[in-house]
Amino acid sequence: MSYYKPKFQHPKLPKNELGYTVADYDGAVSTLCAGCGHDSISGAIRNACFLSAIPPHRIAKLSGIGCSSKMPTYFLGKSHGFNSVHGRMPSVATGASVANRDLIYLGVSGDGDTASIGMGQFVHLIRRNVNMTYIVANNGCYGLTKGQDSATADLGSVGKYGVKNPFDGIDLASLAVLQGASFVARSFSGDKEQLEPLIRAAMAHRGFAFIDVVSPCVTFANNVGSTRSYAATRDNLEAMPIDFVPMREEIRTQYKEGSSQTVTLHDGSIIHLHKASRKYKPDSREDALMALQTANRTGKVLTGLLYLDTDSQDLNHTLALATKPLNSLGKDELCPGSRVLKSINEGLR
Amino acid sequence: MKQIKGINDFVVKFANVNGTGSASANHLFAKAIFRMGVPVSPRNIFPSNIQGLPTWYEVRVSAKGYLGRRGGVDMMLCVNPQTMEDDIASIEPGGYFVYDSTRPLAPHLNRDDISYFGIPLTEMCMREFKVARLQQLLKNVVYVGALAALLDVDFSILKDLLNDQFKGKEKLILPNVHALEMGYQFAQDNFSCPLPIRLDSSVIDAPHIRESKHILMNGNTAAALGAIYGGATVAAWYPITPSTSVVDAFSKYAERMRIDAGTGKRNFAIIQAEDELAAMGIVVGASWNGARAFTATSGPGLSLMSEFLGLAYFAELPVVLIDVQRSGPSTGMPTRSQQSDILAAAYASHGDTKHVLLFPATPRECFDMTVQAFDLAEQLQTPVIMMSDLDLGMNDWMSPPLEWDDDYEMSRGKVLDAEALDQAESWGRYQDVDGDGICYRTLPGAHPDKGAFFTRGSSKNEMAIYSEKGEDYVRNVDRLLRKFETAKSYVPEPKVHDPIPVKKPKTKLKLGALFFGTSASPSYEAVEILAEEGYPIDVMRIRAFPFHKRLDAFVHDHDMVFVIEQNRDGQMRQLIMNECHIAPDKLTSVLNYSGTPITARTIARQIRQALNVDSADIVELHPEIA
Repeated sequence: MSYYKPKFQHPKLPKNELGYTVADYDGAVSTLCAGCGHDSISGAIRNACFLSAIPPHRIAKLSGIGCSSKMPTYFLGKSHGFNSVHGRMPSVATGASVANRDLIYLGVSGDGDTASIGMGQFVHLIRRNVNMTYIVANNGCYGLTKGQDSATADLGSVGKYGVKNPFDGIDLASLAVLQGASFVARSFSGDKEQLEPLIRAAMAHRGFAFIDVVSPCVTFANNVGSTRSYAATRDNLEAMPIDFVPMREEIRTQYKEGSSQTVTLHDGSIIHLHKASRKYKPDSREDALMALQTANRTGKVLTGLLYLDTDSQDLNHTLALATKPLNSLGKDELCPGSRVLKSINEGLR
Repeated sequence: MKQIKGINDFVVKFANVNGTGSASANHLFAKAIFRMGVPVSPRNIFPSNIQGLPTWYEVRVSAKGYLGRRGGVDMMLCVNPQTMEDDIASIEPGGYFVYDSTRPLAPHLNRDDISYFGIPLTEMCMREFKVARLQQLLKNVVYVGALAALLDVDFSILKDLLNDQFKGKEKLILPNVHALEMGYQFAQDNFSCPLPIRLDSSVIDAPHIRESKHILMNGNTAAALGAIYGGATVAAWYPITPSTSVVDAFSKYAERMRIDAGTGKRNFAIIQAEDELAAMGIVVGASWNGARAFTATSGPGLSLMSEFLGLAYFAELPVVLIDVQRSGPSTGMPTRSQQSDILAAAYASHGDTKHVLLFPATPRECFDMTVQAFDLAEQLQTPVIMMSDLDLGMNDWMSPPLEWDDDYEMSRGKVLDAEALDQAESWGRYQDVDGDGICYRTLPGAHPDKGAFFTRGSSKNEMAIYSEKGEDYVRNVDRLLRKFETAKSYVPEPKVHDPIPVKKPKTKLKLGALFFGTSASPSYEAVEILAEEGYPIDVMRIRAFPFHKRLDAFVHDHDMVFVIEQNRDGQMRQLIMNECHIAPDKLTSVLNYSGTPITARTIARQIRQALNVDSADIVELHPEIA
């Protein structure tokens, strides 16, 4: 493992339409364990932002506390980041997003950070439909404090110390669908073919986009008996692949009639969903819940875009926020002046 | 029988049942006195309940313009049988008792040293009004009418106020005026009006109040206006008494003054959070992104916000928090006033933290200091907590009018925009370039490839790179201390007044008094009382923490310093002991923590005790017995 990342870039590295190479979306060298699923998620985020040609400085990265929440240091070094308080990133992201509606907000959290200490804030973030992408790196255990079961660990899953988890796990994807999230997906850190387009679609979506990413902990939950190990996840994976075509790109790939469904996002971007059951409609909460419940019952890890509401209205809309970001308003727009104050005084006599 | 007398100088207390519409009638009474130009201070003493529990409303009239509580009750108006016995017992000898005489008074409630005024309120209203709700509500207006006769309240002003109050609901004016006249007439016909305690607007002894054209408003509304004028765009909060009305008022004014003319969209965001943790998180996120953001809360909320306050302190983010203090802890007495969050606010959070505190004493200061809080928070890049309380926040106070300088510019502090970043040779988020402990910030999205950094707690170096090195940590927190020193020259100075001349002082000790917030009004009054008794006391009103160096000097210059505050543990005294280089035994606490605001009499009594003054020497100035 290296601690130094050279600034040198290969001169022939491909550039996106803004002239950035993928290296321009790099962050610092990861200090997570070698083989950690989270590093693959960082890589997928980097690639997704490069491919979608998002100017790095227009993204704000936010996280809570834990191994997952260290991740934003390891991608998008040209973006502002905020490593906040355990379980409280949702509120910080909410405040940031209303203060400047023009930036793209990317929250990274973990299963402890979201499903335990941050459960209250997570649910309310969904309820408000804050315009952001929220990724949970979900490994079913507390890595940074050395391997305690988390609230998402499956019933009966065995941790590194050989003890079976006695509690039912919280399924964050089901919860998000039930609570009214407008974009819900699940993926696997080892499936970048699926994760990258999901992240791109999430970032193009208007409203709250949630991606629950199974991301094995190589140190504390990669053993036999763990339902969140690389092996167990691969064995039980039921992946629904997707493609993402941004609004401004021409559609080149040809799809066989009936093999895929197409969804258009509010900005004109297009998502192609493959291998989804014919009956499965990503715009139906009932279908999404049914599919998740069936997969959970049979021990399968169902991944893909599970639910999408392309017409959702985000918090900025609900609050009727001015088009100009609040943080750019000046005295003239904000301060009513002495004449108005005089009349207020008059009303108080 | 002897009766208390006093022109423009008495205390009337109303004992009601909450949820019966009494508060607005009692307010009508107080507002009429205010309109007459007579100094008045009304206080609502209410339960944490919507309907059925005892509630009181105390109106002090003071010719000299004292706005704090005096202590004692000269006239009690009681329509609540639950509390009648205690209410009668609390009246000063020579005082007056007004009650609903529809039912006869129980014999054991008779005192031979007070005067009784029975008005058949229920009977009159049952007879005159058909609708049950009006029969209930208008009882309150009938007694206001009777008081107008007994105390010489200008009747035409009362009628004007009713007309103002029911503008748009004209149908209600007629029965209200009828109730008012009924009460007035009953008192004229049955009692010898006016009483020896009464109002007379022609003999006011407080020209400073009349000339400065005072307004009548509560501190929470003033703070909300301060947030509007100070340019706040994001308010996040969780409902909690007694701070709720700060955001209610902010919302009301923002809907009027912050709507974009062209689009009808809002130049503000108000988010009712799921709890105080989230409320503060939203403020932190908005501030990080460069918006002026605030929250308002009370004790339990302050506890929940402590974690984020610590993060904001170390991450150096501007945060404005309006703490409207109440009795604690936990549920405590949520509708009772105290100044008991001083230490919790000053040192909120884990690790080494200190926060800037402001202490307003009037609605005018609530307004000014809220505006200033936004400037200070951005200049110092740190949380600023304005320490109001229930008494100031929720009660109407006579206050100098709010003033605004149209040349005011928001001080946004050291923020580098894209242009400044391009010109800067080098930049590190936590480099103390100017030596004042305050570094240069950048906002997200400011520049395509300069100025981005990772905001986190304490583990970082000057370049905002993650570091767990001891020396990096020490340099950082020492710089934060330097910044706190800088804050001393930014925050409002303490107020010092000229000492009151005392001809023959009865003590050789050099006495001083320190106080702040709502303890100020009754403290000034107590100091005047004691000066007349021969005990000169110099005063200093604390307006901010960190303390000004003059506070050190003040304590050094006196032999004995009273610290007057409204909590059990003498929290301000402890803070002074902690932060100043002084001998702690010089500081003597003067305390009240009953939940009702401190009175001038309580302060004077405790100071006399501390000075071992023989009570036989004391001539009580109030009330005057005829």
